[in-house]
Amino acid sequence: MTVKLNGETRECRDGMTIADLVAELGLGAKRIAVEVNRDIIPREDYAQHRLHVGDEIEVVHFVGGG
Amino acid sequence: MKDPFVLAGKEYQSRLIVGTGKYKDFAENKRAVEASGAEIVTVAVRRVNITDSGKENLLDYIDPKKYTILPNTAGCYTADDAVRTCRLARAAGVGNLVKLEVIGDERTLFPDVPATIEAAKILVKEGFIVLPYILDDPVTCKKLEDIGCAAVMPLAAPIGSGLGIRNPYNLRIILEHSRVPVIVDAGVGTASDAAVALEMGCDAVLMNTAIAGAKDPILMAEAMKLGVEAGRKAFLAGRMPKKLYATASSPLDGMIE
Repeated sequence: MTVKLNGETRECRDGMTIADLVAELGLGAKRIAVEVNRDIIPREDYAQHRLHVGDEIEVVHFVGGG
Repeated sequence: MKDPFVLAGKEYQSRLIVGTGKYKDFAENKRAVEASGAEIVTVAVRRVNITDSGKENLLDYIDPKKYTILPNTAGCYTADDAVRTCRLARAAGVGNLVKLEVIGDERTLFPDVPATIEAAKILVKEGFIVLPYILDDPVTCKKLEDIGCAAVMPLAAPIGSGLGIRNPYNLRIILEHSRVPVIVDAGVGTASDAAVALEMGCDAVLMNTAIAGAKDPILMAEAMKLGVEAGRKAFLAGRMPKKLYATASSPLDGMIE
């Protein structure tokens, strides 16, 4: 199925959870935040929250800034 | 001398808050933060680069267990975007503290005052500890304080300009009326600018480019640390009054004839 991740189209398998996606991106241990269709998903829900076709996902972290 | 900087009930030894933008690499950034003695460090919230997402990131170098992380809303031009960014920052697990900036103009990076106030109201209601970047305007600072912001952060000069404190008189009025800490945010260029801010009675100063943009950022970080300390001590000591004419320092008695 196709989702949009950080503005880019991405193919991912059906039934994939946020935890799966985060692991696939190598971000499991990092301080990140995830939004799906503008809703923030709490970290404790990553393993339960399944992605759906057309979901718009934002994965953010901290970068240098003033 | 015990003279902690108290922000939202937490005590800090350092009155210098530093940013993490514009450094050559994470290692230089880390060394500059260490040299500055800062305990509060600002960061920005951005999309993870999906193509190399597993790589090391800023917080691998700036340890959130050691430093208070202050996420900013840099680049946000609406209250909505700023609030969204703060919620994301909190969800990433570095606490409730946020540096709220809602930009109103691309060239000056001056804040959009009504949008900043609007966002501050929402964020305070949601339990954030809000530190707003704002104009050196006493009326707006008062409004932000009344909303429940934990400090006010008037600019000294435009972000990244290094011009120093352009309106010390406004800043004095803000200091007179403020019941929350006043943190000069943006516009400091060199150590004497930081010293002047503290000497005037500002509680702290926040800077990024003044350190990161110096030829030797590590040395400038140390200079800023000393400038802030000198300014604070001079403020506490209470400066002598300015006089137009000389007064001799050496006694007139006992002169040889």
